[in-house]
Amino acid sequence: MNEWNGKILADEINTHIPNSVVSSDKDSVNVEKEKIYEVLKFLKDTSGFSFDLLSSVTAVDYIDHFEVVYHLKSLITLSKATIKTKLGFGREDQPEIDSVYSLWKGADFQEREIFDLMGIYFTNHPNLKRILLWDGFPGHPLRKDFVTNSQSIIPSEDLS
Amino acid sequence: MSIKSEPITINLGPQHPSTHGVFRMRVTFDGETIIDVEPIFGYLHRGSEKLAEERTYTQVVTLTDRMDYVSSMLNNQGYILAVEKLTNIQPEPRGVWLRMIASELQRIASHLVAIGFLIQDLGAWGTPLTYSMREREKILQMFEMLCGARITNSYMRPGGVFMDAPQQFWDSLSSFIDEFPAAVDELERLLTSNEIIFSRTKGVAILTPEQAINASITGPILRSTGVPWDLRKNDPYDYYEKVDFDIPVHDAGDNYSRYLLRVQEMRESLKIVKQCVDFIEPGPVRPHHDQVPFLIRPPKGDCYVAIEGSKGELGFYLVSDGSISPYRWHVRSSSLINLTLLREMLVGTLFGDLFVTFGGIDINMGEVDR
Repeated sequence: MNEWNGKILADEINTHIPNSVVSSDKDSVNVEKEKIYEVLKFLKDTSGFSFDLLSSVTAVDYIDHFEVVYHLKSLITLSKATIKTKLGFGREDQPEIDSVYSLWKGADFQEREIFDLMGIYFTNHPNLKRILLWDGFPGHPLRKDFVTNSQSIIPSEDLS
Repeated sequence: MSIKSEPITINLGPQHPSTHGVFRMRVTFDGETIIDVEPIFGYLHRGSEKLAEERTYTQVVTLTDRMDYVSSMLNNQGYILAVEKLTNIQPEPRGVWLRMIASELQRIASHLVAIGFLIQDLGAWGTPLTYSMREREKILQMFEMLCGARITNSYMRPGGVFMDAPQQFWDSLSSFIDEFPAAVDELERLLTSNEIIFSRTKGVAILTPEQAINASITGPILRSTGVPWDLRKNDPYDYYEKVDFDIPVHDAGDNYSRYLLRVQEMRESLKIVKQCVDFIEPGPVRPHHDQVPFLIRPPKGDCYVAIEGSKGELGFYLVSDGSISPYRWHVRSSSLINLTLLREMLVGTLFGDLFVTFGGIDINMGEVDR
């Protein structure tokens, strides 16, 4: 399976959807948050890319912003690509992004998991509610500012 | 004159012998026909992804064991491959062959559990389950020789495995390789053309390839719909390019083809183990501490590695900030994502088919909830 070079993929995306790419490197393409649905729809439906399998969706908390990461695979062209998007700058309370449920049903549980553990709201998701934790659980545990009451098993001076 | 019926909603699980752990469903019936299913997860959620952020890269191996506890070796392998890719570690060949032997044995063990409990869910009490557990026991004993543990193995380390296999292991493995085909034949004689299994599983819960791909369903379920998609072939990792094996494919997409596919995959896995035993050569099983230190500090960056687990694509997404513990660790759990179409598969079938379909999907709650 071939991995798409991020820079080549970014050029392809930018020619079809202007002003959608923020930056790109060898492994991934960073896309404008507002254009994410459009870009992924383009990558799914255009022959030559045909990313028909949404391998994984996940999110990372980088303290000053969040990043949602999409790993796409194509069973037709036997290739894979990574698309990222940054959102929620300045720790806004309810960072929002378009759901890709209508493109891939496989996003259903994965987006619910991100919502549950990371607190990112997916607009147009048909059933956005907590999946692993219960309703009323305070906060979103995978955020870096979530306070755990466990003791770290690594002495804190070793962590840096 | 038609009889008027009223829908009734009942709660199944989380404590139920057929839910393979602690799975809960809210099922609505019209008579005996299922009209709605809502799966409810989280009863085994331990926050593994958060726990990993406070552990070193090597300590996280123990967390992967406890995800899908019937295929710990495969979880170890996927995680270790992600760490190796992130840190750019070159594994030792003997370590990699041992890793492949352990993972393929684990795949056999996991499929034996899947088949045994699928038949148990059909109402065949005892016999087939005992047969498959007997074979699985031999594999678990071999794991005990390899690493001292049966279920939570923690056998693999960045760069290979943590210790070489003793002579006792090779003796048991060679007798297992000789005996296992006959054991599968025995199991097949009992089940494959069994009238009850035919009538209960054929044509039940059919999936089309388009549906499966769109819902990110992978592994034996995708292959049972006729798509020859196996990451060991399509995106080879470790030394899978060097071994010769086939990908069994069925195109019916029903519960019976899922059962049959798992039986055939066990035979293919045994073929891989046999070749690994031929290829393996003496040597170190992991790099010296000079090359791979005990506390690994990968460079800043991220990587996603996916392997073909026993239940589907098992992916690990690691983000490093340069310290000794992962900044973020995400598991793409095949068990959770394979349940995406549970509602579509069950609606319209009868109450009796519910647990057969559920057993056919083969999930593990430790991996669903993590």
